[in-house]
Amino acid sequence: MITLLLLFVPLVASLACLLFDKAKVKVFALGTSLINLGILAYAFTLFKSDMSYQFLVDYWWVKDLGISFKLGLDGISILLVALTNFLMPLIILSSFRNDYKNANAFYSLMMFMQFALIGVFAALDGFLFYIFWELALIPIYFICLFWGGEDRVRITLKFFIYTLTGSLLMLVGLIYVYLQTPGAHSFDINALYSTALSASDQSWLFWCFFLAFAIKIPIFPLHSWQADTYTDSPTQGTMLLSGIMLKMGLYGLIRWMIPFLPEGVDQWGNVAMIMAITGVVYASIMALVQNDFKRLIAYSSVAHVGLIAAGIFSMNIQGMQGAMAQMLAHGVNVVGIFFIADIIFRRMKTRKLDELGGLANNTRVFTILYLIILLGSVALPLTNGFVGEFLLLNGVYQYDAWMAAIAGLTVILGAVYMLRSYQKIMLGEPHARSIEFTGLHQTEKIVLIVVALAIIVGGIYPKPILQIAGPALVDLLAQVKDIN
Amino acid sequence: MMVQFAWLIPLLPLLGFILVGVLNKRLNVAMSGGIATAAVFISFIISAIIFGEVAQEGSIPERVVLFDWISSGTLSIPFSFLIDRLSVIMLMVVTGVGTLIHLYSIGYMSHEQDHPRFFSYLNLFVFFMLLLVLGSNYIVMFVGWEGVGLCSYLLIGFWFKNIEYSNAAKKAFIMNRIGDLGLLLGVFLIYMTFGSVNFNEVFSGAENLPQNNAAVTAICLLLFVGAMGKSAQIPLYTWLPDAMAGPTPVSALIHAATMVTAGIYMVVRSNVLYALSPDASSIVAFVGIATAFFAATIGLKQNDIKKVLAYSTVSQLGYMFVALGVGAYETALFHVITHAFFKALLFLGAGSVIHAMSGEQDIRRMGALKKALPITHLTFLIGTLAIAGLPPFAGFFSKDEILAKVWMHSPIMFVILAITSVLTAVYMFRLYWLTFYGEFRGSEHQKSHLHESPATMTIPLIVLAVLSAVGGFIGMPELFHAPHFLNEFLAPVIFKASHEEASHTFEIMLMSVSVVLLAVIMYATYSYYVTKKVTPEEDSEELDSFAKLLVNKYYVDEVYAALITKPLDKLAAFVYKYIDQGLVDGTVNSTGTVLNGISGQLRKIQTGHIGAYIFAMVIGIITILVLTMII
Repeated sequence: MITLLLLFVPLVASLACLLFDKAKVKVFALGTSLINLGILAYAFTLFKSDMSYQFLVDYWWVKDLGISFKLGLDGISILLVALTNFLMPLIILSSFRNDYKNANAFYSLMMFMQFALIGVFAALDGFLFYIFWELALIPIYFICLFWGGEDRVRITLKFFIYTLTGSLLMLVGLIYVYLQTPGAHSFDINALYSTALSASDQSWLFWCFFLAFAIKIPIFPLHSWQADTYTDSPTQGTMLLSGIMLKMGLYGLIRWMIPFLPEGVDQWGNVAMIMAITGVVYASIMALVQNDFKRLIAYSSVAHVGLIAAGIFSMNIQGMQGAMAQMLAHGVNVVGIFFIADIIFRRMKTRKLDELGGLANNTRVFTILYLIILLGSVALPLTNGFVGEFLLLNGVYQYDAWMAAIAGLTVILGAVYMLRSYQKIMLGEPHARSIEFTGLHQTEKIVLIVVALAIIVGGIYPKPILQIAGPALVDLLAQVKDIN
Repeated sequence: MMVQFAWLIPLLPLLGFILVGVLNKRLNVAMSGGIATAAVFISFIISAIIFGEVAQEGSIPERVVLFDWISSGTLSIPFSFLIDRLSVIMLMVVTGVGTLIHLYSIGYMSHEQDHPRFFSYLNLFVFFMLLLVLGSNYIVMFVGWEGVGLCSYLLIGFWFKNIEYSNAAKKAFIMNRIGDLGLLLGVFLIYMTFGSVNFNEVFSGAENLPQNNAAVTAICLLLFVGAMGKSAQIPLYTWLPDAMAGPTPVSALIHAATMVTAGIYMVVRSNVLYALSPDASSIVAFVGIATAFFAATIGLKQNDIKKVLAYSTVSQLGYMFVALGVGAYETALFHVITHAFFKALLFLGAGSVIHAMSGEQDIRRMGALKKALPITHLTFLIGTLAIAGLPPFAGFFSKDEILAKVWMHSPIMFVILAITSVLTAVYMFRLYWLTFYGEFRGSEHQKSHLHESPATMTIPLIVLAVLSAVGGFIGMPELFHAPHFLNEFLAPVIFKASHEEASHTFEIMLMSVSVVLLAVIMYATYSYYVTKKVTPEEDSEELDSFAKLLVNKYYVDEVYAALITKPLDKLAAFVYKYIDQGLVDGTVNSTGTVLNGISGQLRKIQTGHIGAYIFAMVIGIITILVLTMII
């Protein structure tokens, strides 16, 4: 019941947004997203942190084909639903200073996006997962297309086709695995998990799934859709993409690939690892030379998620828990930092680092909040970023010490590009244009303060996050090692 | 037992940070400085009480667990403190010297508009520094380790309008991060080797390992990379001289007395591991001695009063690493303590001079300040004598002990270190004579403004001068038949103490030679800089090539820029343009173009775009499925 509420409240809200008074639609959207956050908080009070799926919903959908409408949450998925529901109100609130034309459609698509994302994280049927996976692409496509920057038509089309290509590979893989399920074929997750796929099947299936997820994450060298899309999308679109949507890919690896392809992972995990770690260093270096602040963040995001993927493929508990912790931390931090970029852009009409400077002179609160978010993203201890990065690097180290040393360059390079951009934007003498930089508005302040608090609280007391996901991850690793 | 309240020690400066930070502009300088000073001072009182408890015969190390911080699988990291004889000494130094420097800052920063930001950062620094020395595992230590790096960044770049300063701040943070990566990797290897990152478990696990175990050596070297960054050793030392961009009290507290000694603290803390790895220890000693010597030579030719002291700090830190490398852990800590006294004193004295000279830092523009600044002069003299190593001042005992231990280890190293001591005395007396004697070489305007600093600044100078004068008595050489308090105190935390003592004859010789040498140096530098009135060359003057090399600090910054910074930028720009936008994205786009070409042919039959088709297809599938569900 709770799962259905979590899923359908945003869908209903999405439809209601279309009918709502234009002036009040953003408040309505914010209200429903907060209600959904409340429902989730209630779910947490009932949630037992063991490895089981809870709040199960299971109806036949297409019985003949073994497709069911099966939803449920375990420690892994509930955290990602939590991330979605925590970020949605912030993302909506962050849009309050923008006057989007066709606001009804905009907020309707936002709520629809939430619906699809929760579906992705809660689905326990392979086909249902695929449907939600594709559904999530539709609203973001329109958000970018209608409210994006100058070059949006070309860029969104590229993004759309690129990710869709990956998805089709996954569909092929899913159907193949489905056909191997024993007895009457079924897309049920347990049926898929119980297939005994031959090593050679697992070998090619690995690439079907991995490519689909790797494009979405994105993992080097499949990242080239991302910087353009992030830069050209409206800020809220970028936040949805980077904050939540790319976690679909990482979640996919954990739930919809590793458990039924253990031998494939065994065979190709090393390659995936090398790709991910190359991406960490490569994207960090790319971030060094960016002049557009949004593009810089886009590349830094590739570096961060590359490390998360590496943690997952290290196949040990520290790597996995680090991945969970960092997915949440990255989601929060990247939304914060993109909002920083948005706040600057709306006031200064530029995101070019060499045209900015000296903003710290007249905005104390903004400076402090920017600094805290920056520290979260360079993983300073006692911020949320540290917990994830520490566990991830530790996990990778156990897999291979040299890989950890190379991936660890992010510790240095991250500081280089983040401090460089901070210096170029904030420090130095005030000049004619920076004087125009006005203080934060109420809604802006609220968003940034909530993000900053999440960064600090998550860094000091990450225990709940680690505890909730722990048993499910331990179980997953045990299963995989068993099959091996 | 007060030990159970040890968490108050870091908490108070944290509260001070928050309070001053929040009230901010509502506070005047006396209030913001007063709150910050009081916070550290109360921490000092508590530390002193705990020190008394721990100093008692038979006291055992206490662990104070605050909460469970990070745990994953078998990795369990509690947020907890370790109160033992090593940490209480560090507590005393940090809070003691910290209090004095906070007090001093009230006077020094009285003209600064943004003083609440300064004092809140300073309190935050003390908080992190206390976490560093209190942590009972490598990760809590690392929290403090990175936290002090952050505060150092914020304070070096305190005057953020100046891009030079913020460059210096950035450089400090990044160089420290290079070290931190080494430290982190070391911690991972510790976890792999011992299954824990808690000090007591790691050290009790290590005690049973054979000497020169490969893992232990690797751990020691990786941890040492961290120490190189934080404690400014070759090759990661170049940030420290630049760090002088920060306000002078910051240089005294962070970049001389406390933070930069964190690397030494960490090695002393891990002495069980280092004692097991003579190989790693040799490298530590080698790096230390190279740093001590090279930094001292650079110090000979610097003309900025703070830069001379900065290179001196790098050099003195090198001394401490030499001591660590030869296994004299107590001696290294002894020098940490005395150095904290006299180097804080020297920096604060320099600050007092700069304050009086309306911001001037160039010793070529000073001279004859003895009269106008009597207290500053006298205390600075004591600091100079202490660092130069004249008995019975503090530096004499600790430096002498290092030299004696090194003599037992390797005569060649002893010779290099002894030469370094001579260089130290030379650059310090050069600084002293040029600043306080001779003729005044500044502008008329500066001359008319000369004044002794206010009491908030001179009181800390006097206290530190007293400590620099008598601080050495905590560790008297065996020769004097007095107890070596420090070694006895530290015995429980040192796994393998170095018991070899140099012979009495050697001690007496060392002492008399150093006194005679010092007298010669004092006289020679006096006659050169005061009697002959030689002042260092102006920047425009031609220099001989060796002097040029020294003035330009061996061009190390330039070499780093040419070897690392510039190539990295070029590489990044090249890869971005040709690989990322060219190859990677180009491949994707041309795939699209080829497919588009095919679809262009198909378009003759159909209308529309390929994207729209795929889109329609997905919608179609979903519609069909939804319909089947309803029907």
